[in-house]
Amino acid sequence: MTTALAATEIVSQLSAQFPGAVEEAGTDAVLVKGEHLPAVVEYLKTAAGLKFDYLNFITAVDYYSYFEVVYRLTSLEFNRYIVLKTRCYTRNKPSVLTLTGIYQGADWQEREIYDLMGISFKGHKNLKRIFLWEGFDGHPLRKDWNR
Amino acid sequence: MTTTQELTLKTEPFILNIGPMHPSTHGVFRMRATLDGEVVTDIEPVFGYLHRGIEKLAEERTYTGIIPFTDRLDYLSPMSNNLGYCLAVEKLAGVKVPERGEYIRIITAELQRLANHCVAIGAMFNDAGAYFTPFLYMFRNREKIYDLFDMLCGQRVTYNYMRIGGVSQDLPEEFLPAVAKFLPQLKKFLDEYEFFVKQNEVFVARSKGVGILSKELAINCGISGPVARASGIKHDLRRDDPYSIYDRFEFDIPTAENGDCFDRFYVRVQEMRQSVRILEQAIKQVPDGPFRANVPQVIHPPAGESYAHIESPKGELGYYIVSDGSIAPYRFHIRPTSLINLGALRNMVRGWKVADLIFIFGSIDITMGEVDR
Amino acid sequence: MEIDENKDYIYDAHELDVHEGQIIEKLKANSQKSIPDPDGWLDEDIKRNIVLTSLDWVIDWARRSSLWPVACFPACCAIEMMAVEGPRFDLSRFGMEILRASPRQADLMITAGTLTWKMAPNVQRIYNQMPDPKWVIAMGTCGISGGIFRSGYNVVPGYNKIIPVDVYIPGCPPRPEAVIYGIQMLQKKIAKSKAVPDLNELPNPLKKGKK
Repeated sequence: MTTALAATEIVSQLSAQFPGAVEEAGTDAVLVKGEHLPAVVEYLKTAAGLKFDYLNFITAVDYYSYFEVVYRLTSLEFNRYIVLKTRCYTRNKPSVLTLTGIYQGADWQEREIYDLMGISFKGHKNLKRIFLWEGFDGHPLRKDWNR
Repeated sequence: MTTTQELTLKTEPFILNIGPMHPSTHGVFRMRATLDGEVVTDIEPVFGYLHRGIEKLAEERTYTGIIPFTDRLDYLSPMSNNLGYCLAVEKLAGVKVPERGEYIRIITAELQRLANHCVAIGAMFNDAGAYFTPFLYMFRNREKIYDLFDMLCGQRVTYNYMRIGGVSQDLPEEFLPAVAKFLPQLKKFLDEYEFFVKQNEVFVARSKGVGILSKELAINCGISGPVARASGIKHDLRRDDPYSIYDRFEFDIPTAENGDCFDRFYVRVQEMRQSVRILEQAIKQVPDGPFRANVPQVIHPPAGESYAHIESPKGELGYYIVSDGSIAPYRFHIRPTSLINLGALRNMVRGWKVADLIFIFGSIDITMGEVDR
Repeated sequence: MEIDENKDYIYDAHELDVHEGQIIEKLKANSQKSIPDPDGWLDEDIKRNIVLTSLDWVIDWARRSSLWPVACFPACCAIEMMAVEGPRFDLSRFGMEILRASPRQADLMITAGTLTWKMAPNVQRIYNQMPDPKWVIAMGTCGISGGIFRSGYNVVPGYNKIIPVDVYIPGCPPRPEAVIYGIQMLQKKIAKSKAVPDLNELPNPLKKGKK
């Protein structure tokens, strides 16, 4: 059974490593500050005893007042998972740091979020629309998007 | 490549557009391939030719009304898609599925895996150049599985069979005997196919060592399913994160070492054998009782989020649902197995010929409905 | 040529994408109305009966008996289309076993699946590449009206916004029997069509000076 990593355990570890990076720790997810995200993920991927080497998926949710980007990482070795979240509080050109340098699988999923949700990923080498065509008006998965 | 360098032959790079309407792109996939002579130096996949906006449409439907959409995601294995979605909603709403319902779900999901691998292997031979003959042999078996599903729900491709809390209808009386009759036939056919193919020098020469995907790259790209297992990653959600009642059955997880096209074919055939094994155990144990929990047509799950993933025939298929307590999901995201499995295609085809590009692409087994959604 | 791991594409991908986007937008603006059935005039019974010749009959017989479909399979209906071609239903009994990969060798287009705006220019191009005479069968609800995806932002509500359609086969997806019935309907329709042009409509070289 893939078990969730207890939030308290990982939060104390992360807070010691990156002071101020963890914004909030819920029961099932850890909310990380945007600017610390790649460093935290890199640490989770490489640190002994954690080894979160497998990126399940990335997605984004529009909560009107902020966008939430959700990452789910799995450790194949220890059969555990962790859900990371980060938030952008602006609706006008929100941006998150990219994870393509750490996981190659993040490439197209980040492009998909850019295309449909309009969140740009700083540092992504080929950030352009993936499903819709150049010139499509708006980002359809946003809650305020109207045809 | 060394001979080219020795002779200092320089050729202009040539851009070949393959697709979106091409008989071997499994739907409407398109790639811009950069060629040096006949050698592929780079490809850029272009998506979106079947982007139907299911994630947006689902925000306007009730939880039960989304089930038909999931049928049309990966249209080669609709039952598995139904199952994954229903598990995610049940996790969110806290619904318990009755025993008989669980068994029916397992039986249909495993039959679907057999049906999917039939097309996957047949289409792979199509791409290898054996035009249509092996495909028709494989389709013969798929037709028999179609008949079984037709018996269950009256549809051949898009079943819409599972419901939140169980399945839509009970098994007809003649269903289990028909499955029991079909399994030995299939085993015989599998032996036959495997014999034909493993003896075939042309196929072995074309597939062994072609399109190698290393274990590290596969993990880094998030690749799952038979493609990952062919590269030596022993990861199967049926065993590592058992959902439904998979922990009650005995089965092995076939893996291979090299990660080439032959291994991907071989792992699929072995997986079909394991599915037959699960089915043989399951049809003997189906209990009596209700097939569906008492769940209303329109449900209001509590606000929150849930992620449920299953081992679909193509790999890890997940549904991420955010609920705000209303009758429709606030956000509905599908973890697209096919899209993520394609992530390493660019690395796999570099340095191979155009004909191998088609073959390597065929061996990954994707469905465009799931790639573009 | 060396394989460079970090190299960008040799072409300007952005330029290609922008060009493609312009094509889609232009087509979308121009195709908001449905194209009527090209053989709508067939209902004018009297006109047809008068000019029907034996040559018409022979040409129509030849045309309807060996329709070659082009492979245009965007989505789910493709699986049923394969089943129709497959061992059990065997479309070759009706003289159309060869699925052509090239539209230039085909005269029938079976549009199996949802059409999106991004795909629409390509489908129109395939249709234009088919030599005359050509027919189109819209297979499945998505091909007729957009089906359950009709309200989607990227879905064309029916193929007849882009190309003229002769026969509509409902179902999601239609059963193979329905597809075969639809093709037989098309064959009946071709049997009625007028291969030899109406003599009155042709320019008459004998009548000089008169139009």
